[in-house]
Amino acid sequence: MPDDALRADVRRADGRRVEGRRSAATSRRVSRSDRLASYWSHHREVSADSFRRLLRHPIASLATWLVIGIALALPGALYVALDNLEKLGRGWEGATRISLFLDLAVDDARGRALSEKLRQRADISAVSFISRTEALAEFRQVSGFGEVLDHLDANPLPAVILVTPRGEALDPEQARTLLDELRALPEVERAVLDLEWLQRLFAMLELGQRMALALALLLGAGVLLIIGNTMRMAIAARRDEILVVKLVGGTNAFVRRPFLYTGLWYGLGGGVIAVALLLAGFVWIGSSAAVLADLYQSDFALGGLSVGQGALLLAGGALLGWAGAWLSVGRYLREIEPQ
Amino acid sequence: MIEFADVSKRYPGGHEALKEVSLEIPRGEMMFLTGRSGAGKSTLLKLVMAMERPSSGTLVVNGHDIGKLSSRGIPFLRREIGVVFQNHQLLFDRTVFDNVALPLVIHGYQPREMARRVRAALDKVGLLGKERSYPIQLSGGEQQRVGIARAVVHKPPILLADEPTGNLDPELAGEIMRLFAQFNQVGVTVLIASHDLSLIARLPYRMLTLRDGRLIQGVGRLAEHDHA
Repeated sequence: MPDDALRADVRRADGRRVEGRRSAATSRRVSRSDRLASYWSHHREVSADSFRRLLRHPIASLATWLVIGIALALPGALYVALDNLEKLGRGWEGATRISLFLDLAVDDARGRALSEKLRQRADISAVSFISRTEALAEFRQVSGFGEVLDHLDANPLPAVILVTPRGEALDPEQARTLLDELRALPEVERAVLDLEWLQRLFAMLELGQRMALALALLLGAGVLLIIGNTMRMAIAARRDEILVVKLVGGTNAFVRRPFLYTGLWYGLGGGVIAVALLLAGFVWIGSSAAVLADLYQSDFALGGLSVGQGALLLAGGALLGWAGAWLSVGRYLREIEPQ
Repeated sequence: MIEFADVSKRYPGGHEALKEVSLEIPRGEMMFLTGRSGAGKSTLLKLVMAMERPSSGTLVVNGHDIGKLSSRGIPFLRREIGVVFQNHQLLFDRTVFDNVALPLVIHGYQPREMARRVRAALDKVGLLGKERSYPIQLSGGEQQRVGIARAVVHKPPILLADEPTGNLDPELAGEIMRLFAQFNQVGVTVLIASHDLSLIARLPYRMLTLRDGRLIQGVGRLAEHDHA
């Protein structure tokens, strides 16, 4: 470096009143916009370098990615499964119906008459009468026990009136009042509100969602610990570099940066694996779910991972990785001070 | 530029490495710091770098009061100081260029300006042709010169060196000292810790001598003293 250039610079340094402020050392040489530009380019370089370092140990990195991926996929799968069950339940919720099983002694004519009477009521929107013969035919077709029925002397099935409540009576409480009223009718042997099992289903779904949340929290904490431990090793491997950087005036943020990116890549990679696992899993069980839905004469289609849920998993993984790195790096970096 | 006022440094074990040291190194001065191992040379340099804090007394470096400096402020103090170590502290997984560029990366230089300054610093220490080499491919003297290039690449007003010639033969050591003298000639304040009395006795610079943590000689040129 030419002497006069150095001299001019030193003179400038001499002429400057020293204030001991943090900007003093840097501002005289690097403009603000230059510093900002190089700040971003440093982020780019550091993130790329951190990623290359992971690829340099592919087996170890893959193992970490898999562990994080599985930890993220488990609650993800549970959540999507519950989501599907809930959708299934909602599809049936509108069809709140009361089944009135009539006394065997009530003949078809009386049954039809009762249906007509019920149809007139303001709180009932639809009534459908299934005679004993029809019930038998339907049972024979659907159940597959047709041959058993042939051995019976008489038709064991009662006639049924399916009552669909209207308006306010759709509300579970009102529906129950209506149910009690209908149950009191002399022709009715048994009255069943179809809603009851739905309420139980939703209660179970809520329980399941809480369990999924608890599982997600536990496994999330596990991911933080995994990242923390991985970070400890990454820091040990770069101990010399950290010392030198601290000696030549690197801030803690500067020292921390590559490790935060390492954590981010671990988390993001884990998220990618989780998404891949879930997609593969849903393809695998999707066909059998379709068969099942067909058997139930349902047009239900298994909902896989939505784009939003996939993005959430990726972002969640990245955030967990970054946070895990943040938590551990701060602690380990304090231990590394130049001696 | 560097001002010690009654500075003492006691380590947690009770060992008192520096005892009431007072000295002033004016801007643009070059001084040697000598004394036996354990006399407190390294502690004195560490205090200037804020690697340690004074137990008592006041130390002001380029306007920074080291005792009161916040830990957030430490990196910005260190950016005003170039340091050369006996063991170079080079990073062996990076090229010579990347080693020297490190302080500029921290300062936030643009790549073009960075390359220009790195080459200028390497040219100054006579290693311009080695920028693509790795430190392991260089001799001890060359490694030390890479360390010096890194210490001066961002043109700090203060240059510290801890036994910079410790592992070098007399001829190489002389070269290194001439390099420091050149930086001093352009206005850099230079403080060199060295026990190589045969070398520094021939050089026309002030000498500070520490013994058991006390400054026993701190003014005047060496030639004016009858120093053994």
